[in-house]
Amino acid sequence: MSTAATTETKPAPTAIEKIKVKVDGREIEVPRLIADWSGKLTPTTMIQACELAKTEVPHYCYHPKLPVVGNCRMCLVEYGMPALGPDRKPVLNSDGTPKIAKMPRPAISCATPISPGMEIYTTTPAVKQMREGVLESLLINHPLDCPICDQAGECKLQEYSVDYGQSASRFVETKVHKPKAVDLGPRIMLDAERCILCTRCIRFTKDIAGDDALGIINRGSYNTIATFPGMPFDNNYTLNTVDICPVGALTSKDFRFKMRVWFLKETKSVCTSCATGCNVLIGSREDKIQRYTPRENDAVNGPWMCDAGRLNYKWIGRDDRLKDVLVRGQKTTWTAALNEISDKLKKSQAGSVAIVASARQTNEELWLISKLKSKLGAISDSVARVGESDKLLVSADKNPNTNGARLTGICFSEIGTSLPQIANGIASGKIKTLIVFGEDVTKHGIGADLLGKLDNLIVSDILPNATTKLAHYILPGCAHAEKRGSFTNTKGRVQKFMKAVEAPGDARAEWEFLHDLVFNVTGQDGFVTIEGLFNAMAADVSAFNGLTWATLGDTGVTVKI
Amino acid sequence: MNFAATKELEAEVDELITHYPVKRAASLMVLHAIQEQFGWISQEAVQWTAKKLELQPINVFEILTFYPMLRQEPMGKYQIKVCRTLSCALGGAYELREHFCKKFGLDAHKHGAQTTPDGKFTVEFVECLASCGTAPVMMVNDDFYEGVSHAKADEIVGECQ
Repeated sequence: MSTAATTETKPAPTAIEKIKVKVDGREIEVPRLIADWSGKLTPTTMIQACELAKTEVPHYCYHPKLPVVGNCRMCLVEYGMPALGPDRKPVLNSDGTPKIAKMPRPAISCATPISPGMEIYTTTPAVKQMREGVLESLLINHPLDCPICDQAGECKLQEYSVDYGQSASRFVETKVHKPKAVDLGPRIMLDAERCILCTRCIRFTKDIAGDDALGIINRGSYNTIATFPGMPFDNNYTLNTVDICPVGALTSKDFRFKMRVWFLKETKSVCTSCATGCNVLIGSREDKIQRYTPRENDAVNGPWMCDAGRLNYKWIGRDDRLKDVLVRGQKTTWTAALNEISDKLKKSQAGSVAIVASARQTNEELWLISKLKSKLGAISDSVARVGESDKLLVSADKNPNTNGARLTGICFSEIGTSLPQIANGIASGKIKTLIVFGEDVTKHGIGADLLGKLDNLIVSDILPNATTKLAHYILPGCAHAEKRGSFTNTKGRVQKFMKAVEAPGDARAEWEFLHDLVFNVTGQDGFVTIEGLFNAMAADVSAFNGLTWATLGDTGVTVKI
Repeated sequence: MNFAATKELEAEVDELITHYPVKRAASLMVLHAIQEQFGWISQEAVQWTAKKLELQPINVFEILTFYPMLRQEPMGKYQIKVCRTLSCALGGAYELREHFCKKFGLDAHKHGAQTTPDGKFTVEFVECLASCGTAPVMMVNDDFYEGVSHAKADEIVGECQ
């Protein structure tokens, strides 16, 4: 991926010259150069100037994070330039203003650079006619199967048809029928006759994903997006082509025919599949997650995300989720269980408690656990998850919040080094109480035999595993989609996420019951809301000093790690 | 990849590549060279070409599917190409093609090139062969025939052995 998509894209402090242009009669100042899809400074185009002027220019093939090709012709505008006399000096009107010579032909605004004094006209009758004409020709072979199309509701053909379409088709010839339901790859299904050949998908996979797998085959009206036969479209970023497809041609096999998009509630969240922390929107309906889509954040993921992260949501709705608070196998209430645990912790000898937290927990939860840790003189650590990384977005660290665990003091910079010490402590009988959050410690050197020696095994988790089976206390927790909180990504970006769906049964956000537990054990109080909790944590943890829940905004803040 | 390029073909292609500033620009000429030798261009040949030109197979496949005269399957020994552009269309090109189809037991209503099961003849329409004054015209492989009546057509076919 271009450096632009993963780093701050604010232009370098070197001053870029500003030039004045007029958009529909309104004068604005725009930089002469703007970062293009690859982050390189290139001359500002008319469509970018219009965007800065908050004037919408309809377009299909243009995408700010992809190379410009200018093939859809939808963004045609008229424009004028200051007229020059035979002496090459500007011709002036009687009031001294420069005389503008309107160009006889329109230009595609996505590929035409601006120049000083240029006037761009986007609302003239000619421009309207051109848009109508382009749209009509794009719809010639389009099937108009909107009622069963997955794109319906978020389709640019539909949107522009409202603005520039005609209520009746003038096309009396036979439409060319291209193949429907073409299996492009393991996650992508192509409906060839809906395609308007904008080539966004081709450019994405070639220039962003670095996998030149797609092309246009055949000729004329039979043009079709295709892969080479026998070479499926299968890289870890294929589903982004579904997002950028302006029509319903590329569809996600996972989401296809599953839900009308207008029924989805979209919640701002963060992907938890690795330490990159791509910003996502969780699309849910009636407490069931239907899809993740990337949410643009140029400091983290740009407009993209990987397929593995995007499809990693199904576990949240699993039937075997932990739903009940259990004390030695008996179902009980949160109050009863927390009171019993608090009493035991308060009576515990210093050094007899160990904590294994999870780097999948939020900053706030880890901070609350660190409060318990210091009160109890406990030893704590977490578990590393290492996998493969790539050059684009995927991090080798598969925990979303390793840096949060470090900054809150749950683990050392090398994660998991204290686990053998905890195992030895249990073996020697020194550690009598083990608190585990979201990890199966039997897979990390603390086997069932050791767990059997404990007086108290307190486990909070989401799904059952070998550790939860042996627990004396089960505290059912929440997936990130079921609570609010924040993660610190691999680069130190602190990003908050919102609650999309309700947790099943009695499951409760960890920070909520941790707050009760911390209050019972340490007497510390004053953060019953996530905002208050975050702000208290930010005041306490030096790396987070100065942050507030509100200043995190939707795209987060980078802290020094 | 079961496509085996002969040493001569490989040498020809290597030489062709030197004609162009970038390897990709040689794509079309390489495909011509392959078709010249094999009569058609298999998917394996596309992969071989892509490797030769440091491209992805889809880049070459795009070109192959664009030009109908680049063949994606084996054609007949005798390729009968009937012109159907305006003068020839008026001069009886459609009837001429139908005549061939009937003669060879092919479906006249089907689009595109059709080959007899014995692999001897391929019949197809092509666009203008640049002899509008002598319509209808056609080609059999590289030989050009003008004013082709049905009787003349039978005679030409008779010579194809």
